[in-house]
Formats: sequence, C-alpha cells, structure tokens
Amino acid sequence: MTDMVMPSGGFPWLTLVIFLPIVGVGAIFLAKEAAARQVALAFSGLVLLASLPLWVFFDNASAGMQFVERYVWIASPPINYSIGIDGISMPLVLLTTFLTPLCILVSWTAIETRVREFMISLLVMETATIGVFCALDFVLFYVFWETMLIPMYLLIGVWGGPNRVYAAIKFFLYTLAGSILLLVAILVLFFQGGHTFDILSLSQADYAPSLQALLFWAFFAAFAVKVPMFPFHTWLPDAHVEAPTAGSIILASVLLKMGTYGFLRFSLPMLPDATELFTPAMMTLSVIAIIYGAYMALAQADLKKLIAYSSVSHMGFVTLGIFAFNAQGIEGAILQMVNHGITTGALFMCVGIIYERTHSRQISDNAGLATPMPQYATFLVIFALSSVGLPGMNSFVGEFLVLIGAFVWSKFAATLASLGIILAAAYILYMLQRVVYGTPSEQMAPKLVDLNVREFGMMVPLVVLVFWIGLYPKPLLDVMHASVDRLVHRQAQVMTVKQGTRDSRDGLLSTRPRLEPLTLMSHTP
Amino acid sequence: MIPSLIDLGAILPELVIVGAACLLLVLDPITPTSKKDLLAWMSLGALLVCVVLTIGDLHHRVLAFSDLVVIDPYAAFWKLLLYLISGLTILLSMTYLKEEKIDLAEYYGFILLSLAGMMIMVSGADLLTIYLGIELMSIALYIMAGFKRFEAKSIESSAKYFILGSFSSGILLYGISLLYGVSGSTKLTDIAQAVNARGFDDPLVLIATMLLIVGFGFKVSAVPFHMWTPDVYQGAPTSVTAFMAVASKAASFAAFLRVLLEGFGGVKPNWQGLILLICLVTIVLGNLVAIVQTNLKRMLAYSSIAHAGYALIGVVVAGSVDNGDPIASRGVSSIMLYLAIYSFMTMGAFAIIGILRRGGLEGEELDDFTGLAKRHKGAAFLMMVFMVSLAGIPPTAGFMGKFYLFMAAVNAGMAWLAIIGLIFAAISAFYYLRVVMVMYMREPSATQEHDTRLAFSPTTSVVLACALAGVVFLGIFPGPLVSVTTSAVLALP
Repeated sequence: MTDMVMPSGGFPWLTLVIFLPIVGVGAIFLAKEAAARQVALAFSGLVLLASLPLWVFFDNASAGMQFVERYVWIASPPINYSIGIDGISMPLVLLTTFLTPLCILVSWTAIETRVREFMISLLVMETATIGVFCALDFVLFYVFWETMLIPMYLLIGVWGGPNRVYAAIKFFLYTLAGSILLLVAILVLFFQGGHTFDILSLSQADYAPSLQALLFWAFFAAFAVKVPMFPFHTWLPDAHVEAPTAGSIILASVLLKMGTYGFLRFSLPMLPDATELFTPAMMTLSVIAIIYGAYMALAQADLKKLIAYSSVSHMGFVTLGIFAFNAQGIEGAILQMVNHGITTGALFMCVGIIYERTHSRQISDNAGLATPMPQYATFLVIFALSSVGLPGMNSFVGEFLVLIGAFVWSKFAATLASLGIILAAAYILYMLQRVVYGTPSEQMAPKLVDLNVREFGMMVPLVVLVFWIGLYPKPLLDVMHASVDRLVHRQAQVMTVKQGTRDSRDGLLSTRPRLEPLTLMSHTP
Repeated sequence: MIPSLIDLGAILPELVIVGAACLLLVLDPITPTSKKDLLAWMSLGALLVCVVLTIGDLHHRVLAFSDLVVIDPYAAFWKLLLYLISGLTILLSMTYLKEEKIDLAEYYGFILLSLAGMMIMVSGADLLTIYLGIELMSIALYIMAGFKRFEAKSIESSAKYFILGSFSSGILLYGISLLYGVSGSTKLTDIAQAVNARGFDDPLVLIATMLLIVGFGFKVSAVPFHMWTPDVYQGAPTSVTAFMAVASKAASFAAFLRVLLEGFGGVKPNWQGLILLICLVTIVLGNLVAIVQTNLKRMLAYSSIAHAGYALIGVVVAGSVDNGDPIASRGVSSIMLYLAIYSFMTMGAFAIIGILRRGGLEGEELDDFTGLAKRHKGAAFLMMVFMVSLAGIPPTAGFMGKFYLFMAAVNAGMAWLAIIGLIFAAISAFYYLRVVMVMYMREPSATQEHDTRLAFSPTTSVVLACALAGVVFLGIFPGPLVSVTTSAVLALP
C-alpha cells in the first residue's frame, strides 16, 4: 500500500481546497445579504486559486496517490480522514473548482430571492463534490457522497421552475435509494477486505467471484443512478428542467461525474472478476443510453430537456469507455467526463442567459437569435458544435478515444455507438437551425439583448478550454497516463493469474485483446 | 433488612432526585406564581448534583441491596443520558408552560419522579426492582400527559396511556410471576441459572419470555404494541411528549436489553426470532404510516416507532452470538449510541414545535410550518437539520447512529436486515423532507406572513443549541461517544 502513496510535501492543499468553501459559507453567514454574491465569488475564486497547485505540483510520472493526508477520524472502527488525488481524480477536482465561480456568476442576476442561502448551497455542494473525488476512505467518501444531496435538493426545490418540488424529491429519493446498497456494500467490504475502510487497501484485497458479483450490482445501483445510465435516467430530465441554471450546471458537469468516477475508483479495481463478467451488460446499457438519449433529444421542444437527454447520450460514451477497460477507453472516458463538464455546462449557461431575457426555454420562443444577439449566437454555435464532437474541439478527442477503446472490445458496439455521434449532429444542428437562424417572434424581439460584460466573461474561459483540449489534449492526457496504466495493468495481471489457475477455461477470460497505452496522441512531440 | 451505608451510597443519585422531587412538591404551594421558575432551576441543580455523583460510576460495578440494584457503567451511561434529556425538557418547559398557561408546578416534581423511576429501571438487577421503576416512571407520565387539563385531547391522552399502560404492566407482572415459579427468585442472575438449566424451548420459560417482550414492547412502542403512541404523543403537552418520546424510550430500552441479555442470554433462540419479527414490522409500519400524517406530533410519534424498530436491530444482533463476544457488545453499544443520538434530534424537533406554540396557534400541523424559512430563518434551518438527521443523512449524527447499527447487523451476517433497514430509511426521507419542503418551498399564507413572533427565550435557545450541537458534533466526531458506549457496555456479563 505504501508504494501507492506519495507524500504531499507538507502543505495540506487538498484539505484547503475541500474546506475553503465551508469557510466561505461562514463568511456569507456573517456578511450582509446584499454582499452574499461578492463573498461567494471571492471564496470560489480563492478555491480555484488554491486548486491550481494541485496541477502545478502534480507528478505525471507517478501512478500513486498524491497530496495525501491521513489522520485518524474515528478510532473504532478504523475510519480515517484520508484524502489524496491521482490522475483520475485531479482533472475532476479542477473541473469542479473551475465551474463553481462560473455558477455563481451565472446566478448573479438570475437569482433574486434568498441569495445568501443560494450561495451557501452552492458552496456546500462544492465541498461535498471535491470531497467525493478526493476521499481515500470509503466512509469519508460516503459521507461526502450523501452530503451533496441536501444542498442539491434545496437548489432544485427552492429556486427551481414551476414543477420544482416534484423534481427535487424525485432526484433526492432516486439517488438516496441508489446509495442504500452502496452503504451495505461498504460494510460488507469492511468485513471481507481485512477490517479497513481504506480504499487503496480494499482495492488490493482479493474477493470471491460470487461476492464480487453481488458487490458489483450494489455499486452499480448507486453509480448508475448518478451517471445516469439507462434505465435509471428518468430523474435527470425532470431535475434539469426544473433546476436553476447554476443547479443544472453543477448537476450535469460535476454531479454526474461522481457516478462514472465511482465506477473507475471502486468497481473496476476492487471487483475485477465481476467487471470482466458483466462487461457485456454494461456495454449494452451504454450503447442503449447513447442511442436512446440522442433519440429522445431529437424530439424535445424544450432546450434544457434537449441538453439533458444529450447528457444521457454523452454519459453513455463515458461508461462505454470505462467498461471497454483498456487504456484508450478509460483515458477517453476521463477526458470525456471533463469535456462533458465544460461543454454541457456551457450549453446550460447559454440556455440560462436566454431564459433570463425571454423567460422561456422553448425552442419556438427563442428563434432567430443570430441577428439580435450575434455574440451569443456565436458562443452557442461553438458549444453546440463541441457537443457534436467536431474535430478540433474537445469532445472529438474524448469520443474518438472512447470509440477506439470500444472498437477493440467489440466492433459491433463501437459501430452502434458511433451512430450516437450522427444522431448528435442531427439534434444539435436541428436545434441550431431553429434557434440561431429562424426569425424572432414579434413579442420576443425587444427582449433580445446581446451579452453583457459579465456574460461574455463567463463564456471566454469555456471557449478557450474547448479549443485547447480539442487541439492540444496532451497536458491533460499526460496527467492520466500513469494512473490509468496502473488500473489497466492490474486488471491484466489479475486475469493472467486467473488464467494460470484455470487453464482449461482460458478461452473465456482471454477474449479481450489488450492494447498498450496510447502513444499516438500524447507521447509524440 | 436495614440498608447499609454502602447500599444507600450506591443509590445516592436516586435519593437526591427523589428528595428534590419531594422538596419541589412541598415548596410549590408557598412559591408565588411569578417565581415558579425558581423551582425549575432547583430541579436543574439537583440534576447537576447527580451528574457529578454518577460520572464516577462509569468505571466500576457495585451490587447493592442484596443484588437488587446494580451500579455499573452501563447504568451510569443511561443515567447520564437521562439527566441530559430531563434537563433539556425542563429548560424547554419553562417557556412552553407559560405559553400554554399551565401553572401547576408539580410539573417539575413529576419530571424528577419519573426520572427517578427510569434510573431505578436502568439500575435494576431484579425484575421487581425494574418493575417498580417502570411503574414510578409511568404513573408520573400518565399524570403529565394530562397536564393540559382543560383540553379534551390531553385528558384523552392521559386516560388512554393510563389504561393501556396498566394493562401492559399487568402482562409484564404476569411474566415475572411465571419466572418466579420457574426459578424461585426474581433476580436476573437466579433466573438466568434456572432458565439455562431448563434449556431451549421450555414452554413455561417461552411463555414468560413472550409476556416480558410484550410488556417491554409496549414501553418502547414497538409494533404491534404501539397503538397508544400517536394519540398520547399528540394529546400530551409538547414538552411532555418530548420527554416521553426520548427519555422513557431510552430507559425502557436499557432495561429491556439488560433483562434479555442478563436473564435470557443463554437461551437466545427463544426470543431472537420474535424480536426480529417485531423489529421488521416496527420498521415497516412505523415508516409507512408516518407518510400519511399531517400532524407533526403524530408524524414524530410514528417516526419514534420506526426508530424503535431500528434500535431493535441492535437487540436482534446483540442476541446473535455469545455473551462476552465483542460482536454482542457491538449490538448493545450501537443501540446506546443510536438512542443517544436519537435523543438530540428528537428533542430538537419537539423544541421547534414547542416554540411555534403561541396564543391561538398550535404549531403542530404541517401547515403551520408553511413558508417558515421566510418567516423565521433560524427556526426553519434548525428544523431542517433535525429532519435531515432523523432521515439519517450525513454529515448529521443520525447517519452515524444508523451506520453503527447496520454495521453491527452486517457483522452478524445479517446484511439483508441492514438492506431492509436502509430501504425504509430512504422511505422515511420522504416524510422528513416533506417538512423541509413545506418550510422552504412553499410561500407563507397572507396571515402567516405577518406572523413573525416565536416563543423563543433564552432557555429554549439553550435547548436548541444543545440539540444542534449534538446533532452536528456527533455527526462529524462520533468517536468520543463511541468509545464511551463501547467501554460502558463491556460490563454486561
């Protein structure tokens, strides 16, 4: 276990990043209601700054956990406050710290009532989500995982649309129900994996295949609801449509990633046999999600619903890459998690901006924006095309890697999944055609004012990221390589050992070809 | 028999409480109405004295009165918890009684008498001692439930509690008499010997065990002996309801566990299945019926039934392996932890209901909470914390309580029981969050909008602060309490 842990070099950066938002909550509590926005923005900005060293000092060559901190939290049973990041979690932490200030900016004028409570909820969300990505103790993970429910429930239920109460409780109960089996699985692992909640130790223990199968589905219940994978996605469109813009951004960009992160951090390393066994089922569900989500998106008249279903489709790509379980697939999946966070977050932002003007999210009400709002239309087109996966933009790289990974596993699955890209082009272009190039309706025309400085400022960093990742993803991929290699090689080792012991059945487990880590895109200068 | 000084020393806390109660009853008529608060402060003083006297008992074990009374860490833990609950109840009552215009100062005397009964219950090493404790506790509670004597609901609550309570006491007594027939004694140690000698499935012992379980099942309001709970909780004054829901439940669980483990620990198959069945129906029914309640006190009554069901998981697990085994104590210690945490969050919830009670407003219906977040941010926030904790969602203490219980269940090989418990915990989130929803997501009506006064007072603030601190602190740092419960439990043989 020690070889997987690298000392943090002293300063507790991760603790600072996780709990600085809570300090911000205290500050908002003390500040005047009118100053709540500024205080929240200042603190989320500080968190973003504090998270930058995580990248600057990150050692790309190490596959182990970095910035590790470990203190005894509860002595009996041994539960530790144990945190750290590797190449899988670091991009997600930065994504969270990057998006939270944008969420505050996007709510600047959109949220008029109970601003203080709104900002508090957002900052508590930030702490909980970063905590989820950093936790190295299963109980700590679960505490952060569940803590996130309450602020999100409030964000949807208090500041949401007309049907917000229904959407909020549906979101809450769905995700809570999913977590039930996760908690039991954590407890079972504690007793089976050597009386520890340490995630790294539990990942190295060996569990009986029959137990693995049960645990796999227990994990699946929690993570699949969060992703959400088909058929557990029905809470997502409701939650997205009713949530305020910032809520939608957090939900799509960060919260959904917690599910896929869970698969990567727990299901794959802890349950290699079960993962191997259930890969076909997972790949099937992923492909269904890709095509079904895209198909549903085609039929939507509500912009938010359209993006929500496109999320289902895009997250299908992520799970497809994860369960392809080779270096390309997983790196593509992580990259796609980040991409989806950026692109979908940006699209929800665009919807929020137009909703503030026209108070409608219907495509028909928001037609013909190109002439009155040229800047807005430009940004919308950029993000929409990024969502389609246009080469040169971020999603292309991620989806391409995922498809390579999937192709190695099954050509048929990869072919079906690529249909999703075509469908994405269809629903996005159809949406763009109406929203950007139609003619504005009579009563809406006076409301269509182009972006102000704040809105423009929010868009710029997102555009930069879209093209940066699209054209030069190497820095991001380099971060992931070592950790992903470790994950993939461990699986390969486990399977080789298994094959050695049951050589009569070698045909069953060796069907999956293995690829060496991708050198094509990242190691060539 | 003349009690020796050692005997009297062992029950010194009980003597202090009973003495204080008697003094209060005497002082009451000569205290002017405006100074009734003095009596409350006096009772708090008595509690403080007892805390000092009891805290030393956390580390040693003494038998007194020829083994009728046992002073051990287990009893000391429960006593300290009961002092805390009684103290909070008294603080809460000081304001609430004024709002309700109840100026009968026997009130504080009865709280102390009831507390004395509970202390005897948790210290009893003999079934008759425990029975005496139960009766002392219950009779005081019967009276307190009817303290709003001009309200039909309160009288009904009192009468119903009295009749059903006496009935259950009778059943308990019948079980005790059968055990006397079996063992020739009412001491738990003698009974354990006789029962073990007779072995499993002895019909007489089985019948006696069942009668005891029925009697205690009534006291902890487990299904199907829960019928009294909603009506009594709803009708009684809110401060009394809080006291009943928390203190009497904790004391009854403490005695129940001691009787089962010390008396019948050798013949677990006799009762384990029955407890498991009661545990399951209690969790299921408590949570499902709570969903349809619109009166908050009734909802909390059903929620208290459901929580009794969760605590029973610990009883089942405590019985699943031999005594002395760490797993057995894990079941017991998880109940101790759970009920301590339950006390904080339930006390807090009832305190909020209490401070909503002013003038004509009952503050008990769910509608009274509509838009509370707009009117009283603080009260709404506190209520949200308590509801979230009752639903068992981290980082509140409610989660830690459930975590240790379910961990004990999984450890005993009953992961399925933990799954059922968690499923119903998720269902319970629905009705707890409905309170949050009503407070935060509905607009207050026109009349409520201007209604901004709460029955806040320094004493209620102390209660709320205490409950909040308990719920938050134990949710984040349960360690100290966990170590207290694990060390206090080992004294059980």
